[in-house]
Amino acid sequence: MLAGAVLAGRRGADNLVIRGARVLDPVEGIDALLDVRIDGGVVAQLGEGLDTNEHRVVEAEGRLLVPAFVDPHVHLRTPGREDEETIESGTAAAAAGGYCAILAVPNTDPVVDRPELVRGLRARAEAEAHVPVGFMAALTRGQAGEELAELAELAAAGAAAFTDDGRPVAAAGVMRRALQYNAVTGRMIAVHCEEPTLTRGGHAHAGAVAAELGLGGWPSLGESLMVARDVDLAADTGRPVHLMHLSARESVEHLRRGQSLGAPVTAEATPHHLCLTDEAIRTLDPNLKMNPPLRTAADRAALLDAVRDGAIAAIATDHAPHAPEEKDVPFESAPFGVLGLETAFSALYTYLVEPGLLPLETLLQRLSAGPAAIFGLDRPRVAVGAPANLTLVDLEAGWRVKATKLRSRSGNSWLLGKRLRGRVALTVAAGRVAFER
Amino acid sequence: MTDLRVIGGDLLPPRPERRNLLSIADLERDDVERLLATAHSFALSQQRETKKLPTLRGRLVLNVFYESSTRTSSSFELAAKRLSADTLTLRSSGSSVDKGESLKDTALTLAAYEPDVIVLRHPEAGAPAFVARATGARVVNAGDGKHQHPTQALLDLYTMRRAFGRLDGLHVAIVGDVAHSRVARSLLQALELVGARATLVGPPALLPAGLAPATHDIEAIADADVIYVLRMQQERIAAGANFVPSLREYTARWGITPERVRDGQRVMHPGPMNRGIEIDARVADSDASLVVDQVRNGLVVRMAVLYDLLTAGRPVAVDAAVGVA
Repeated sequence: MLAGAVLAGRRGADNLVIRGARVLDPVEGIDALLDVRIDGGVVAQLGEGLDTNEHRVVEAEGRLLVPAFVDPHVHLRTPGREDEETIESGTAAAAAGGYCAILAVPNTDPVVDRPELVRGLRARAEAEAHVPVGFMAALTRGQAGEELAELAELAAAGAAAFTDDGRPVAAAGVMRRALQYNAVTGRMIAVHCEEPTLTRGGHAHAGAVAAELGLGGWPSLGESLMVARDVDLAADTGRPVHLMHLSARESVEHLRRGQSLGAPVTAEATPHHLCLTDEAIRTLDPNLKMNPPLRTAADRAALLDAVRDGAIAAIATDHAPHAPEEKDVPFESAPFGVLGLETAFSALYTYLVEPGLLPLETLLQRLSAGPAAIFGLDRPRVAVGAPANLTLVDLEAGWRVKATKLRSRSGNSWLLGKRLRGRVALTVAAGRVAFER
Repeated sequence: MTDLRVIGGDLLPPRPERRNLLSIADLERDDVERLLATAHSFALSQQRETKKLPTLRGRLVLNVFYESSTRTSSSFELAAKRLSADTLTLRSSGSSVDKGESLKDTALTLAAYEPDVIVLRHPEAGAPAFVARATGARVVNAGDGKHQHPTQALLDLYTMRRAFGRLDGLHVAIVGDVAHSRVARSLLQALELVGARATLVGPPALLPAGLAPATHDIEAIADADVIYVLRMQQERIAAGANFVPSLREYTARWGITPERVRDGQRVMHPGPMNRGIEIDARVADSDASLVVDQVRNGLVVRMAVLYDLLTAGRPVAVDAAVGVA
């Protein structure tokens, strides 16, 4: 019921038979070569040699059919920077990446802090989104971190969750009031953890690489101090907090401490923090500049361990499009942020699953069931009676990432020119074929 | 813990091409030795009556300075002229940069003149690499942000070798604001390449961790052959920065006074000096000071850098060249 309330976008009633794929749904406990029949946008039958019912047939032998992905952290840049991304282009990118649902963050121009803005965005998504979108609203007015936004009114207008992403709620007192008051909405509060007096002037992780390159440091403490605070606030208020884009091992330690004490804290990590370290920024390529920054091998290892054991239950892309003229500048002038939607699965498969660092089943859960559960969305699943939210992947396919081939309006991918393995072939979102290669 | 072996090989940066001089990190020891030897050949040529060599006749060297500079810009310009190259020096003030032109467009505009070398100083790290990528011109980094100043490091090595007859085993104490110093970053890499040793000395918040052994105790300079003094800038004291409480306190704790320099030590400074702050005027003007040598050597080292880039490292034949121009 909640899921229906917060996701806006076209729903479909497609009829389809996907034949002969390896169907893998770790939560449902399915791993078998099966046909899947979709009637009217709903999974109708799983089995071998299914009758096609005159449906369109997708031959999928040798491919993998999985629950479609859910991205809880996307910058759609709408309203305000439609030159960088629109609801249409961003959701096209999401569909091409295998996503059946995304959550858009509200640090737009204007900031989404009023109910009519939420309604307007939802109406546009109903008309133009390729996959359903949940619009998050600001936690504080103008994301200024001072006065609470009208959380109940925003929730009633369809806000999917609350966040001041892009900036922290610097004052602990404001954050505590927000958590207390948010009991009336039942929506998640997601936080961007950054202690601004420690990160001012920072362009890269405050470590050996930044010291050598002469870049202003953005220290791990700048994140972990706020993570510690918000974990303690979650424990204090008993109200859930979701920690966005964790990057530092100290943050993971605070997260684990909170979880072990029963504090309602969840967390996400991004593909770039899971695949890269700050060694990569030696080229000073602005497409490797993001907030929080890439950190050390030990930080990456801690994130990966947490993703593996579930302390970090979601992988979020933090898809952050930027116009070419903004990124085609020296590193220090460039804004923070990189693309993620169209490459997330392939990058994680290439750099984590293939080398044996992360089991495929775990990756699939962190990309789908994990984020869905955190934000109270229906879990995409391969099960009779469930709405069809399915992704067909060709694990053997190799492909090269090219800016001109991306569906995003922007090209600031950290993977440009890289050759990846594993490619999304088909995405069914909310009962509708949203993407087909 | 996770196995750390895994960063995908292709996710690591590729080895930079040797067609630019962007960072000391791009050089091998052989490259440094060749450049210093070439510089020495040019130094000999500069003792002749006719100092101009025809070596780079017809070549175009563009000097592009986005920050104020006396030593570096004049020495690059003179170096190019002594090698008979055409030169053009552009400064950001009074140019289209004032009108908000992006670095990319300025670079493309200048590249349209088909320069052989662009010498670039810029307030941001990575700007020279950016211009090299955007234009395809050969680029010499004349200082980018707090990142690198490779020709300064090369002229410092040259100066030390002239003063001590060797580089291997030399101990250099770098004193002051290392955190904001591109000179220190290049010099540390250069010293390591040639087998010299460095100690960083200064206020704790101005010594980044992990670059070299560091101490806040000024007594540590006693063991050094060279005291390399960095410029201390007023903005490090501004409210909100608080790297040190006052210049007065900085000078009392870390200023290089005659009492702190022992016999046999040499003192260097990349300039511009704040006399009476990081360096006592009596030290700056003493026999121990190599500051003027640094400037003089900057010319021949920059001649060597331009020559090396444009002749792909061919040994210099100064004798053949001298007198022809």
